[in-house]
Amino acid sequence: MRDETITGETVPVPESGYNFAYLDEGAKRMIRRAILKAVAVPGYQVPFASREMPMPYGWGTGGIQVTASILKPEDTLKVIDQGSDDTTNAVSIRRFFAKTAGVATTEKTEEANIIQTRHRIPEKPLSEDQIIVLQVPIPEPLRWLEPREVETRRMHALSDYGVMHVKLYEDISRHGRITTNYDYPVMVNGRHIMAPSPTPKFDNPKMGNMPALQLFGAGREKRIYAIPPHTEVKSLDFEDHPFSIQAWDEPCALCGAEEVFMDEVILDDQGGSMFVCSDSDFCQRRRDAGHKGPAVEGDDT
Amino acid sequence: MYVAVKGGEKAIDNAHRLLAEDRRGNPDVPELTIDQIREQLKLSIDRVMTEGSLYDRDLAALAIKQARGDLIEAIFLIRAYRTTLPRFGYSQPVETSDMVLDRRISATFKDLPGGQVLGPTFDYTHRLLDFMLAAEGKEIDAPETVETDTDETPRVLEILARNGLMEPPDGIETDGRSEAEKADVGDLTRDPLSFPTNRDLRLQNLARGDEGFLLAMGYSTQRGYGRNHPFAGEIRFGTVSVEFVPEELGFPIEIGEIEMTECDMVNAFAGSAEAAPQFTRGYGLTFGHCERKAMSMALVDRALRSKELGEPADAPAQDEEFVLSHSDNIQATGFVEHLKLPHYVDFQSELAMVRRMRAEFFGEDDDASTAEAAE
Repeated sequence: MRDETITGETVPVPESGYNFAYLDEGAKRMIRRAILKAVAVPGYQVPFASREMPMPYGWGTGGIQVTASILKPEDTLKVIDQGSDDTTNAVSIRRFFAKTAGVATTEKTEEANIIQTRHRIPEKPLSEDQIIVLQVPIPEPLRWLEPREVETRRMHALSDYGVMHVKLYEDISRHGRITTNYDYPVMVNGRHIMAPSPTPKFDNPKMGNMPALQLFGAGREKRIYAIPPHTEVKSLDFEDHPFSIQAWDEPCALCGAEEVFMDEVILDDQGGSMFVCSDSDFCQRRRDAGHKGPAVEGDDT
Repeated sequence: MYVAVKGGEKAIDNAHRLLAEDRRGNPDVPELTIDQIREQLKLSIDRVMTEGSLYDRDLAALAIKQARGDLIEAIFLIRAYRTTLPRFGYSQPVETSDMVLDRRISATFKDLPGGQVLGPTFDYTHRLLDFMLAAEGKEIDAPETVETDTDETPRVLEILARNGLMEPPDGIETDGRSEAEKADVGDLTRDPLSFPTNRDLRLQNLARGDEGFLLAMGYSTQRGYGRNHPFAGEIRFGTVSVEFVPEELGFPIEIGEIEMTECDMVNAFAGSAEAAPQFTRGYGLTFGHCERKAMSMALVDRALRSKELGEPADAPAQDEEFVLSHSDNIQATGFVEHLKLPHYVDFQSELAMVRRMRAEFFGEDDDASTAEAAE
């Protein structure tokens, strides 16, 4: 029989009647143990006893549990989804922590010491004082090649990764390129193939040698994994087909930024569209600093 | 001019207000009370308690009201509440042989000690809409009640076991685990499930699993996908007492009574090199009165024992990774419905590549809106 003793040191939140950051201290300690193991073995998926959360599975429960278990009252939290602080699910998660933990929240990347994100890494480089928590739907990079967990765990244990290279090779022979554009598999610390979560491959290079700690939480699949600061992360490729990232011909229509990930915004039903920064904080701060993109040039407001 | 997509906070607040308004419906119609839901939608309550893994009729009623009758949403509310409750310990195993019976039937024997007790069942109703029910205040004929004596109502499978025709309750000994290992019952809400599993964890998973999913899986075994020749050996529904051993006392005390439904399925087994031909078991257990769920669970439990019994295991219902990974409706609905969340950046990545590939297909140069640059 397994059980948890309910120890003291819980910080009650007056408003909600739940423990600080929702989870009980026993659950948070269990999650922190999994995180420590994940940090010790970069890219390895650590099974953990994922709790049921008041948000649906697939909506960030893994990331939320990781954030809840590392959150301290003095922390400042930023939550983004698709690069934006204002998408509804980011708003919902930020509110959840503001309510259950009472922590300060921010939209400014450098002000946050914990950033929870879905599908993006901020454009502004992160520092050693920061932790980025990524929400992960399917943590297993080999899942589309092998549906069985028993088998994929064996493949990781033996570094039996031939099937992944064959898949990438078949892409090239069929399409002339690797057709994976997001959740592009990476090799972490030269040992484990890892799913970077469905971030666009544009963000893969940011993961390598990042000064910040990167934590990945998959609630439904009950896995946590990590990339410690300054760890080698290599996107899989071939010598004659080197890894490449997306680039846009136009700068951001609002702030003029180049070499950032862009969202395409449909302007009309005649095929008109423009490209704007996916990272809403990055874009806003550039505009505040006086940068202008083609859509606002000459516009003084 | 393009206006940035702002206003998520406001939109969420207003969506919640609209939800509350929709839930209430026409304010001229009296509001449903928790008591009404608890007393008159009993089977909804029972399903929410079973799949929500929390035996509390009032909370289940509240969840159903708040979820506007969406039972999976109600189960979700109960699960999210349950996860915050402190875990004091585990009760003693419930003794369903001592159940105070409201219903007890066997499809394997015409008559048997204790008799067949139909109890409250839809089974022999004609499914004709009763328009009298639409009018309120219909008089109900008082039913006769009989006391069943649990001492004189042995379990059907025990009767078979006495003759050596039925495997022991914890299975024909083939899994190689010691008694101590078998006694250490797992808890998948406290430890992540890893494969291969044992029957304790499988049963816990199935007990929490979606009724519809288990129904379809069980049904598939009847249609030849992992056929195992089931008979409803015994189905019982009634009240059992729950006992708990507080550490400071050291002996069990009764802490309450709960209603449960239990299904013992009897399945044929031809025998193997080590084991004589005998009947085998499939087991189902639920809170409240969830007969369809208990029966489906028993069918699937038996199907998942194929490997242990040395049978071929190539049907979906016999594949434990497939069944156990997809049985939980809260996990399933969350992940299916997460497709509603924005996927702009992933879609943008795909869009860029398809444009580029189309440009190549039509022999154009690189005039698509995006290009790929070396890292």
